[in-house]
Amino acid sequence: MADVRETKLPGLGVRYDFTTSSGQTVGVLVHRTGRRDLLVYSRDDDASCDLTLELEPEDSQTLAEMLGASRIAEQLAAVQQDVEGLAIDWIRIDPQSEWAGQTLADAAVHTATGVSVVALIGDDGSAIAAPGARDVFTATSIAVAVGTPEGLERLVQRLGRPASE
Amino acid sequence: MLAAASGDVAIAFIELGAIMVGLAVLARASDRIGLSPIPAYLLAGLFFGEGGVAAPELSSDFLELAGEIGVVLLLLTLGLEYTPDELTEGARASWRAGLLDVALNALPGVVAGLLLGWSAEAILLLGGVTYISSSGVIAKVLSDLGRLGNRETPAVLTVLVLEDLAMAVYLPCVAVILAGRSVGEGAVSIIAALTLVLVVLMAAMRMGRHLTRILHARTDEALLLGVLGSTLLVAGVAQELDVSAAVGAFLVGIALSGPLQARAAQLVTPLRDLFAAVFFVLFGFSIDLGSLPSVLLPAIALAVVTALTKIATGWYAARGLGVGRRARMRAGTALVARGEFSIVIAGLALGAGLEPELGALAGVYVLLLAIAGPILTRFADHLVRSEV
Repeated sequence: MADVRETKLPGLGVRYDFTTSSGQTVGVLVHRTGRRDLLVYSRDDDASCDLTLELEPEDSQTLAEMLGASRIAEQLAAVQQDVEGLAIDWIRIDPQSEWAGQTLADAAVHTATGVSVVALIGDDGSAIAAPGARDVFTATSIAVAVGTPEGLERLVQRLGRPASE
Repeated sequence: MLAAASGDVAIAFIELGAIMVGLAVLARASDRIGLSPIPAYLLAGLFFGEGGVAAPELSSDFLELAGEIGVVLLLLTLGLEYTPDELTEGARASWRAGLLDVALNALPGVVAGLLLGWSAEAILLLGGVTYISSSGVIAKVLSDLGRLGNRETPAVLTVLVLEDLAMAVYLPCVAVILAGRSVGEGAVSIIAALTLVLVVLMAAMRMGRHLTRILHARTDEALLLGVLGSTLLVAGVAQELDVSAAVGAFLVGIALSGPLQARAAQLVTPLRDLFAAVFFVLFGFSIDLGSLPSVLLPAIALAVVTALTKIATGWYAARGLGVGRRARMRAGTALVARGEFSIVIAGLALGAGLEPELGALAGVYVLLLAIAGPILTRFADHLVRSEV
């Protein structure tokens, strides 16, 4: 982050300014009254301002939120990029499927597909979070699983469709 | 009693209303062309004043009192403008610029007074008139021109802070001298007055919080009445003690600090604008049009010289910030404007019945520089060769 310079302005308030990475100096003049001026300095006379934008307290709040909000969106996008290659899926268990009625241990889900079943959700809304080896895939359940897209596809083959002959 | 006076009340209301509507039109027109309304108020007073085109019977006691309140409020807001910390820090960091300001800008006034063969008191006052810049006009110009964020602006503000501080010394001295004591008594009174100023300054720094707590009020009206009431009280007592009401009001302004200061300033400002307008008109009113021709030349000469000396002051102060030539010229020209406080000082002379020409000279002088200052600084960038 760039260094922020602080200058006291007697009778007026405090001025803060810094130089952006592109070399433009911008600042904010905080008046004692709560008003804030957004300052954009001139490029050919670095002592003067090309733009002085007066912002009432609610205006500066709006502007600050806009700047802050877009930063949060950027950060979220970054998180999503980090987990690329990871997928999550909700699979309705078919009563005719290969694994219906079996426990997770019997099915050896992880060995067979490489995905993790993170929850089993019943039609009545009941849920088993982080199911253990003895929990059973029942016909009324939805299995929530996390893994690679390929692994999830293999799970769908064994849970979501009637078992092939 | 009210019923008996109702006829007078009607006339007074109509007179007062007409004056205010007239001033409103002038203030609006001045704002439209980007000038302070002070010159317009002075001209209006001059126009209707002694020997003017139309001289209505306006010398009512009420207007006189309103004008006096205008002076008190002008000085109160001058005191409120800066915190005690800003005053001491300004004095510590920029005393050289402050001294240069006094030397360059009070001296021409003193020399002019000597050349005109005036009394020592009048000379002292003329020095004050040419010394002090108009913080009101300058603040408006800097804001209008979008220069509040500029790098040279701290230099301009610091010079104004130091002038504020200088007033704290100058006004009590003037008040004592105008009271017309003997030299010995005068010296004692001056020392007493300066001690009082020092005590108030120290008290404001050390105990500002207590005073603030006493006057603190949640509602605006309670605060406004508290501040106004204590200001008038102190001003009245100061006047009674020959220290001038203006000094008392100024000290009250300095003594208020902290969050109260900003709020009080906001509340008092509209009132000040109202009463100060009356004061400026009355000042113009008191100038004899017949005396104008004889002061015109000295006023113009003084205006030219002190415009140049103020530019030099601002140039020097801004150079300390390491800004370029254009910025230095902007700082210098910004300081050229003289206004409300020059008139207040000249008004002290009128009150004391000194040199009648001083009022006319100061009036013309302020008229010239309150108009020329903002115009000069607007075109400051064209006055210097661009940066090397």
